Amino acid sequence: MQKETFKHSLGRISELTKKIKRPARIMEVCGTHTVTVCRSGLRSLLPENLKLLSGPGCPVCVTPSDYIDRAILLSRQQGVIIATFGDLLRVPGSLGTLELAKAQGARINVVYSALDALETSAEKRDKKVAFLGVGFETTAPGIAWTVKTAAEKGISNFSVLGALKTMPYAMAALLNAGDVGIDGFICPGHVSAIIGTRPYEFICRQYRLPCVIAGFEPFDMVLAIEMLLDQIISGSAEVRNEYHRSVSEEGNPKARRLMEDVFEPVDAEWRGLGIVPKSGLKLKKEYRNYDAMVCFPSSDIPAAVNRTECLCGEVLRGRIAPPECPLYGKECKPARPVGACMVSSEGACAAYFKYCRNGGVEK
Amino acid sequence: MCLAIPAKIISINGDEAIAEIQGVRRKTVVSLINEPRVGDYVLIHAGFAIKKWSEEDVREFNEIVKGTGPKAESNKGAKQEKIRSHS
Repeated sequence: MQKETFKHSLGRISELTKKIKRPARIMEVCGTHTVTVCRSGLRSLLPENLKLLSGPGCPVCVTPSDYIDRAILLSRQQGVIIATFGDLLRVPGSLGTLELAKAQGARINVVYSALDALETSAEKRDKKVAFLGVGFETTAPGIAWTVKTAAEKGISNFSVLGALKTMPYAMAALLNAGDVGIDGFICPGHVSAIIGTRPYEFICRQYRLPCVIAGFEPFDMVLAIEMLLDQIISGSAEVRNEYHRSVSEEGNPKARRLMEDVFEPVDAEWRGLGIVPKSGLKLKKEYRNYDAMVCFPSSDIPAAVNRTECLCGEVLRGRIAPPECPLYGKECKPARPVGACMVSSEGACAAYFKYCRNGGVEK
Repeated sequence: MCLAIPAKIISINGDEAIAEIQGVRRKTVVSLINEPRVGDYVLIHAGFAIKKWSEEDVREFNEIVKGTGPKAESNKGAKQEKIRSHS
């Protein structure tokens, strides 16, 4: 019976796509959704006329290379310990990678949580611990809690080098660029667990595009695609929620309050999208002592040198599929990545390379 | 990086709890959710519980990961009804 339900949805997707009478283009914003699509072989089950585009929802991928350079320079300072999520370690900046800096002797700890970085700060009061705060709304509340706890406990040798970003304005920036045809968004599930369904409503209103929040199992995604196609055909543009297990209309108000207490919106640079107004989160003035940009002022960040052949920016905007990049699978592979999208486990290039390389249907 | 996984709370001490994921126990901060209790299933991201799951949510998840979806058409109908009521 389980398979029948899945098949039923796939059958409806096929029927609905035929009714549209042109290629339907759906963007899965979140990198984890891209991984689900690639790993499950979902593309091979979908009709030819339905295109799934990968979007900018991989935090490591959209972090610009000058951030990596700043982190590398910081790691070279005496008495500094860098704490970072593992995904960031191999992202190339103009000065190399954090992995290389670690091999050269820098003290760089891979952590599972910002909490681990705070514990290191408490244990090693003679060191300065800088946590690389990269992530979206899913990650931001935990970092907010950590900063607040550091302040309450008087732990002053902890700081955050921030690159936190928020999704809805970036989705709008993508549409404003006007060079990617999108008929609907599959919205990120765990970002939405925090922000709820309402922050996407302006996209539906202003751009007349349907949005469906989806979970991360293939079944969730098939149902979400079916729900989007229903809206595309009926001409409606609403936020609908497939991922009820984790997402409610109001999201997680407690987590959002904490974010609002600690952070304020700021313009942020996204690889591929440029500066997107109010799409970043910056520590508020009362927490500036925990801002690594304040604790470690640095004016000698070299101008970022990005490889012009690397098309990560185009991949992140959904303009091309990873195999269309001239470096993909040749110079740029997971073992020696040129671009960030080949590094992160959530990166579209890494997901394609791992799961779709041989015989994968790349639409 | 926005990966999150469901886990069961085994014990709680202030803001912190021990949560179990497939036999692995890990420290988890539970101050982002309301009234965490031992035995609750929570969704964990980077060491923080971000959402409490109901028993129905856990059952649905188990059905989805074991197969390809909720067991019967009637379940799907119920799910879609829920979706409509929230959209």
